[in-house]
Amino acid sequence: MKAHLTRRYIFSASHRLHCDQLSEAQNREVYGKCNNPHGHGHNYALEVTVSGQVDAKTGMVCNLVDLDEAVRREILDRFDHVNLNQCAEFESAVPTTENLSEVIFHILKQNFTSAHLEEVRLEETAMNSFEYSSD
Amino acid sequence: MVYLTRKCEFSASHYYHNPEFSEEENRRVFGKCANLNGHGHNYTLEVTVKGEVDPKTGFVVDLKDLKEILNREVLDAMDHRHLNKEVPEFRDQIPTTENLAIAIWQRLEGKLKVAQLHRVRVYELPDLFVDFYGEP
Repeated sequence: MKAHLTRRYIFSASHRLHCDQLSEAQNREVYGKCNNPHGHGHNYALEVTVSGQVDAKTGMVCNLVDLDEAVRREILDRFDHVNLNQCAEFESAVPTTENLSEVIFHILKQNFTSAHLEEVRLEETAMNSFEYSSD
Repeated sequence: MVYLTRKCEFSASHYYHNPEFSEEENRRVFGKCANLNGHGHNYTLEVTVKGEVDPKTGFVVDLKDLKEILNREVLDAMDHRHLNKEVPEFRDQIPTTENLAIAIWQRLEGKLKVAQLHRVRVYELPDLFVDFYGEP
């Protein structure tokens, strides 16, 4: 039978929302406080959902140790306690949580193959959350 | 179509051990969970049902009925129990959160008269949960 397993992780990072194609005034208007040149930070909560048949021998969709290790290596080591604007992934993209969700999904899709990656859900604050799946 | 979710909590102990595996293999696959003395969790169960809203009552399902079914089928059987030793589904299945979500679905399926079971979500920890939608 097919089940969905979701694991939640926390990381902290800073960013500044700024688009080079917009004027300073437009950036301030679009991004508001998030355009502060000094940046600001969040505690992000990442939920990774994978799915698959429950293995009859182990009772598992995938081994949690493998999922934790892949997320630690590919996501937490890359994005925890960094300035997102300095990351290669955001050289030409604004590090909004929409874009960050999409980036995380594609990194995990490539690097975790023990189960099907269904979705990533990213909370920027307790009030804002974003979901990205391949659909 | 409206979806209604009811939440409840139960506490239970378990261990993960497959008798077909060697002791070394059990420890490698299941890690700390393979300790045969068991360990426990506070589980949170969320059951989501779906259906049309009854024009007379304004309900998708009578919550009293749903609560009664959850108490009888799940909590009475699993709360403050040892899943491996006291819940029949786990005599020959490993009581992982995946299998627990499936077992709870099977216990609830067909018990509701009006609404349809949509999702069983079982939290083993605040940062780990499994969803089962009845998919084969």
